[in-house]
Amino acid sequence: MPAEDPRTRQEILDATGAPIVMFDKVSLAFDDKVILREVSFTLIKGHTKIILGASGAGKSTVLKLILGLWKADGGVVWVNGERVDQMGEHDLMRVRTDLGMVFQEGALFDSLTVRENVGYKLWEELRWPDDKVNARVEEILGFVALSEHIDKMPSDLSGGQRRRVAIARAMAAKPRVLLYDEPTTGLDPITATTVDEEIVKLRDLEGVSSIVVTHQLRDAFYIATHSAERSNGGVRIVQADQEKSEEAEFIMLRDGLVCFEGPAGELRRSTDPYLKTFLS
Amino acid sequence: MLASINEWLKAAVLEVQEYVRLCAAAGRGMVTRPFYYRDMVEQFDQIGVGSLTVVLLTGLFTGAVLALQSGLTLDQFGARPFVGRLVSASMIKELGPVLTALMLAGRVGSGIAAELGSMMVAEQISALRALGTDPVRKLVVPRILAGTLMCPVLTVVSDFVGILGGWVIATSQLRVESGVYWTSVLEGLFWQDPWMGLIKPFFLGFAIVSIGCHVGLRTRGGTQGVGRATTNAVVAASVAVLAVDFFITRLLFTLMY
Ligand SMILES: Nc1ncnc2c1ncn2[C@@H]1O[C@H](COP(=O)(O)OP(=O)(O)O)[C@@H](O)[C@H]1O
Ligand SMILES: [Mg+2]
Repeated sequence: MPAEDPRTRQEILDATGAPIVMFDKVSLAFDDKVILREVSFTLIKGHTKIILGASGAGKSTVLKLILGLWKADGGVVWVNGERVDQMGEHDLMRVRTDLGMVFQEGALFDSLTVRENVGYKLWEELRWPDDKVNARVEEILGFVALSEHIDKMPSDLSGGQRRRVAIARAMAAKPRVLLYDEPTTGLDPITATTVDEEIVKLRDLEGVSSIVVTHQLRDAFYIATHSAERSNGGVRIVQADQEKSEEAEFIMLRDGLVCFEGPAGELRRSTDPYLKTFLS
Repeated sequence: MLASINEWLKAAVLEVQEYVRLCAAAGRGMVTRPFYYRDMVEQFDQIGVGSLTVVLLTGLFTGAVLALQSGLTLDQFGARPFVGRLVSASMIKELGPVLTALMLAGRVGSGIAAELGSMMVAEQISALRALGTDPVRKLVVPRILAGTLMCPVLTVVSDFVGILGGWVIATSQLRVESGVYWTSVLEGLFWQDPWMGLIKPFFLGFAIVSIGCHVGLRTRGGTQGVGRATTNAVVAASVAVLAVDFFITRLLFTLMY
């Protein structure tokens, strides 16, 4: 950020169009296997970044670097105006309060009920009183339409329900950035659409910025081209207008490099042979 | 050949380094906030109360077989009434602590490695960190506290039922008078012996649980990895029990006797 900018860091971050996650030439290798080479991108507040790529392309790695679960070998990772690539675990906890992550297989705690999973952070880390936690958990489970399953164990839920519980857990403490790691992989198209709708609703109704990792184009395009709006008490999912769908930007990872970056329309029209095989 | 030895040494050094780092982090987690009290209570229950049955059974049969075997040997010297001495001395100084620890290595060490290992491969440990929880404080500290403090308690239980088992055999099979047995039990002990038997299990319990946690948290490679981790934890913890027992015994001999 330029030094001559008279605004405070908070003001810059609160403004519309502020960068909330930024990768600057990030590289990572395991032993001699290069996963990412100088990957750069920026997520603007309230926008969606959709990361595509074959499996093993390093999509999950990007999310783990944002959370500081792994450390990059080179380059800089900014999250909410803080450099997380050099940060110790203690300081990272502060940055993570504003991040929610939906892990690839959900990663729900299987010894805890749905209620305890969703309320975990509020109860165990933020130490809210029980009735406040319960109220919030019930509110979120209503949002993802799982209220009647509140006292079940994760193992008693279907795959789609587990993903939605994982989303509910990630959003419980109202983070401003949500990271989704293949939220629809392994789900049938109908169930996948319910998960996509949650992602759209969170973005448009709660104003969270999101990064969605997937290799399922159908869901990627669905998220990019739909928006949610409140209408007389309910929520409607509608086709997004041109401007809104430009706010969802696609990134395609291949061999550790960003091989495409742009909105949905541009990706569809691309003539690059690799992209074409991926799209077909 | 040399290269592979080099590789192996490097891996071993790294492993020890990681283990020491985990123990240090756990040490910090014991003296600074936040604490997870509910997890502590749960672990004391799981490790302590949960191991009671197996410890009672091993203690009882060990004491009984000791009495049976030593009864025969002692007969050759016409010293059958001394059977109580042998039972109490061996139980309290060695067999109680070591057998209890070995049973815990099998039950608790493997359980911890399997549990943390599955959490690791299911990314639940990453999820904990993403939700702002330090897995060492939440998972490792309660287990280490429970293991270190419950192992001595279980050892005392084992010693006691062992001596009781010896008494059953001595009175029923060897026809030693009950009073003679109990006097002999007390006479067999120097003042240092109960201390020795009580100090050792703290170290053994710590070794078992910390190894279980370390192996569990280093699990890689899906369900297969969990199976490997579980086996490794039991083997490593059992060897560690015998090694630590030897070194602590050696140390206590120079310090106390
Ligand atoms: N702990 C690890 N050690 C070594 N290689 C790893 C490790 N984790 C992931 N990888 C490798 O990194 C690459 C990228 O992984 P990942 O980001 O999970 O891919 P994606 O999510 O795109 O499928 C994969 O080829 C994987 O084999
Ligand atoms: Mg992945």
